[in-house]
Amino acid sequence: MTTGTQAWTEQTVEAAGVQLQMVTGGSGAPLLILHDEFGHHGQLRYHEALARDFSLYIPSHPGFGATERQEWVMNMRDLAGWYLEALDDLDLGPVNLMGFSLGGWLAAEMASMSPDLFQKLVLVAPAGIRPPTGEIFDLFLVVAEEFLTVGFHDPGTAPEYRQVCPEEPSAELAEAWAVAREEACRLSWRPYMHSLGLPHLVHRLKRVPTQIIWGQQDNIVPVSAGQTYHESIPGSRLDIFDSCGHRPELEKTDEFVALVREFLSS
Amino acid sequence: MFIGYFTERPYQDPKSGYFGATGKSIMDLNVSNEIYDAELGASLYNRYLDEKIYAEEMGFDGLMLNEHHSTPFCMGGAMNVEASILARITNRAKIVLLGNILPLWDDPLWLVEQLSMIDMISHGRLVSGWVRGTGRESVAHNIEPHYNWERFKEAHELIVKAWTTPGPFRWEGKHFHFRHVNPWVRPYQKPHPPIWLPGVVSRDSLVWAAEQRIPYIMLATEMEPTKQAFQIYHDTAAELGYESGPQNIGYLWKVHVDETEELAEETGRKYVQGPSNPFLAGNEGTTNQALLHLPGLTSRRRVLPTTSVATAARGGSAGPGGVLSRPYEQQVNDYTIISGTPDSVIPKIRHVLETIRPGSIFFWDGDGAMTHDDAMRSLRLMGQEVLPAVREMAKELDLPGPFEVDPASGQPYEAQTYTAQPAEVTADD
Repeated sequence: MTTGTQAWTEQTVEAAGVQLQMVTGGSGAPLLILHDEFGHHGQLRYHEALARDFSLYIPSHPGFGATERQEWVMNMRDLAGWYLEALDDLDLGPVNLMGFSLGGWLAAEMASMSPDLFQKLVLVAPAGIRPPTGEIFDLFLVVAEEFLTVGFHDPGTAPEYRQVCPEEPSAELAEAWAVAREEACRLSWRPYMHSLGLPHLVHRLKRVPTQIIWGQQDNIVPVSAGQTYHESIPGSRLDIFDSCGHRPELEKTDEFVALVREFLSS
Repeated sequence: MFIGYFTERPYQDPKSGYFGATGKSIMDLNVSNEIYDAELGASLYNRYLDEKIYAEEMGFDGLMLNEHHSTPFCMGGAMNVEASILARITNRAKIVLLGNILPLWDDPLWLVEQLSMIDMISHGRLVSGWVRGTGRESVAHNIEPHYNWERFKEAHELIVKAWTTPGPFRWEGKHFHFRHVNPWVRPYQKPHPPIWLPGVVSRDSLVWAAEQRIPYIMLATEMEPTKQAFQIYHDTAAELGYESGPQNIGYLWKVHVDETEELAEETGRKYVQGPSNPFLAGNEGTTNQALLHLPGLTSRRRVLPTTSVATAARGGSAGPGGVLSRPYEQQVNDYTIISGTPDSVIPKIRHVLETIRPGSIFFWDGDGAMTHDDAMRSLRLMGQEVLPAVREMAKELDLPGPFEVDPASGQPYEAQTYTAQPAEVTADD
């Protein structure tokens, strides 16, 4: 499969007893990317840019995309535990790890459990911590299109908005969203999108250089949660983009890529 | 035939400007309770209880209650409270709960105790139905929609065991964990109160009812798909090696009886007017698509023929903006609303019975914008003319109810198993 100039490979690999759907591409140090609550949106501009310097590994979590749900996984910590064995099997560690939204929460759980498996950690507007002010937007009280749209500060000026959220989603995409929402629901229903223990557990990330990235106008996970992440992880960096919502990678792509590249290369 | 009476107990407040044809556009779960009027609430709760007493007096076999949450169209947010009162203020009719929303109970043992107490106080008149609940219920009580069906089944098993197996015992399940199950109160009926299952959508639930050999009650669906869904029940029973019949299936629909055809027409229209269930066909409520498709609540594939009808009735495939579009006239034409004088209503009821062949029926009345007087006129005429005629009809059509023929075996009860004894005090005392 080819998008833009970068060659991408989509394959199924066996990991921790699961046939894991995985997109790979690029060259350089490996970078594992954990997708958000809607699954992998396909390769976008920021993937293309990062693939010039890194080998990207983009799995679909169990229960998302073509990767089969694991019935025993009842919460994010279960999933994180499964993923660590998957990384063992794929011989991927130590690796750079980047997670978005629900995938950011997953990344924080995984790295807190096994910091030695990770070189550097990038958390992009991660869920997982209850914001001290504001509330995490309720994904399950709106339809998919609305949630995706609310995630943008200004969807009109985000070039890839319609790529992520087409005006007329195909039947396949609508089905993929329904599947993804169900798994997201299983991982995050109660407490909603957070774990009360996580702010304490992420303290262990003092051993892992951590970059936190947020949009000031994030309507999904309020930026106050970013402050809590930052204060809970000794030595972490917090960068907040202005005029930006829940998806800095799509609304501030150039700045986002520059920041990540600089952090991972330093 | 078993004949029950039902009202959804709407919060009728015309001055609110909400609901149905009276004006403001609303969306499910978006109506704030700040408009709640305590005096109005108090009088409505008492009105609906009074009407149940009168329904018993007029000869109904069952007084049916249901439960919804965080919504004005059904005031029975804690239906077991109403059932407990009925246990004491009525003395003959079954108290038919259709039903407790089983997946919502984080502590099903508490439900075990409540239902046993209702069965005790009523001297064995409880019919204990279960439902799975809509998305609204899952959100209102914050219960995992994706575990709805698993929690339903596990809670059912736990409750039946707690009712039938002497304690103490331990329960270590997936969703429920109890180290000491030994509820002191036990049910009056042996082995336990009958369990019925109402529904409209899930094929899993209907097949489960057939597997359990318990009555399945279809709620306000159109006749043809209802008939098709019941056939799935009968086919499942046949596969399991028993013969199901009218005693296994029930049907709830809207029937109003009045003194003249003019009055019946005027009052019947109130089903879809005023402060009624804003999500019923013909009304103007705006449904919440996200709630209708809460992740994992029901299988997206294993649904019943009634689903499209149910979702249309509840707004699923409504017109632009989710506004409902099945007008009163159409509901009259397809018999989902029957309103008229006894003379015109009786043949229409006969048509429904002949088509669907249920052993239990429930008349849904006194709803929408209908007043207490509207409800009482209808109840009186039902008692005087309609119920006797329907009972004759049921005999002629051979439609035994679940207290005449055992739904589990298809065999008539030799002696009356469920002997109701009068409570010591009635409402008149």
